[in-house]
Amino acid sequence: MWRALKGIFARDLALAWRQRADVLSSLVFFVMVVSLFPLGLGPEPATLRAIAPGVLWVAALLSSTLALGRLFAGDHADGTLEQMLLAPQPLAFLVLSKIAAHWVAAGLPLTAMAPLLGLQFDMAPADIAVLTATLALGTPALSLIGAIGAALTVGLRGAAVLVPLLVLPLAIPVLIFGAGAVDAAEAGRGAGAHLSLLGGLLAFALAGAPLACAAALRISLD
Amino acid sequence: MASSDSGNHAPGAPRRAAAGPLWLRYAAPVAFAPLARRMTPWFFAAAAVLAVAGLYIGFFVAPTDAQQGEVYRVIFIHVPAAWMSMFIYLVMAFWAAVGLAFNTRLSAMMASALAPTGAMFTFLALWTGALWGKPTWGTWWVWDARLTSELILLFLYVGFIALQAAIDDPRRADRAGAVLAIVGVVNVPIIYFSVRWWNTLHQGASVSLTAAPKMAATMLTGMLVMTLACWMYAIGAALWRVRAIIAEREGDAAVEEQSGTERGGRTT
Repeated sequence: MWRALKGIFARDLALAWRQRADVLSSLVFFVMVVSLFPLGLGPEPATLRAIAPGVLWVAALLSSTLALGRLFAGDHADGTLEQMLLAPQPLAFLVLSKIAAHWVAAGLPLTAMAPLLGLQFDMAPADIAVLTATLALGTPALSLIGAIGAALTVGLRGAAVLVPLLVLPLAIPVLIFGAGAVDAAEAGRGAGAHLSLLGGLLAFALAGAPLACAAALRISLD
Repeated sequence: MASSDSGNHAPGAPRRAAAGPLWLRYAAPVAFAPLARRMTPWFFAAAAVLAVAGLYIGFFVAPTDAQQGEVYRVIFIHVPAAWMSMFIYLVMAFWAAVGLAFNTRLSAMMASALAPTGAMFTFLALWTGALWGKPTWGTWWVWDARLTSELILLFLYVGFIALQAAIDDPRRADRAGAVLAIVGVVNVPIIYFSVRWWNTLHQGASVSLTAAPKMAATMLTGMLVMTLACWMYAIGAALWRVRAIIAEREGDAAVEEQSGTERGGRTT
């Protein structure tokens, strides 16, 4: 089973690498959305510092939701997904491996890009470290939660609009604790509690989301 | 909900091929449609009577609030709507889970039939809350924990309805919606507590709903009667809608034919 998981992980990463433009476009989307806020709200450094955690987190949430379309669509189109359903390995683990690969291609770049954008928003280095930590913990949770929405909408017309509608309300706790951690760090209260809660959400999503995803995929491909 | 229980007391339909206890017989959508049709007017009538009684208590019997004046009277619709909005989501998730676990079509139809009513009550709670908030707090909306989680509940309802509307195959729509409802119901407490905590961190004690003094007995009575009215309305509307869903999926003919034999069975 381990071989199957590694195989899927490596295959999905290879596919993502061959379609670098897709990965790049959701990253560029993230950067663009973040850059729009200073243009809309004015370049006052104090304002920007205050809104930075929220803006970066909302942009990360939107960008990772946007990337969810790629998670199952390609495999659905060429029939790979049906083969996965027939595989002897438990579907939930196979899905988990797909989600992991998806996160490496979509969530990790966001996390890596965030410190640079944090500098643009005049954040203190310590706060930027917290921001990066929250994104490192939070984006996998977003990928896991989002995968349920992606699995439910596989092969539907209008899936692109539907996925955010389903996923965004469920992702609100991640957003609250992610942005809250950075806020708390900026205010000098310490981000530990928020980070623990974020880790708890990630653990919970890690346990539950693959199962829900597997059930959803079986329904979608029935 | 009352619908499946009431099957016990409903006038017995002529014996059919279906085996098992009476209430299981009504698990078949085609058998349930006539029952739903017969029960719907009763629930609507109960809702109307209770609403009239509740509104009478609310507007004529209950005293004027010492602090808020007459404005407080919106709670006679606001609080029941808010309660129903949360309760219906639970009932909806329950039927969705039953439908998923036992593969019963009627349960899934019940879940789809409840969703619009739940969304309506959520919207009503938000709307009446805004109408109350403007004179009381001086603002239509505050990012209070309750308001925010109610808004998110509305999003969850909308997501459920949108997902089911986007899927053409009804069985797939049922089951996909069921997964979403279950995921949602697991998330609701997490969302509620995260929003509450977020709210206490961000906002000082600007406005508080919890500081209300003890309610006069008549106010409580009015509110409870109105809650019952809303409940009866929700059951009636869900039954009415579930019958429409059955007619849509099984074909009008199946429903009509079945209710025809029903009528025939009773007259003979």
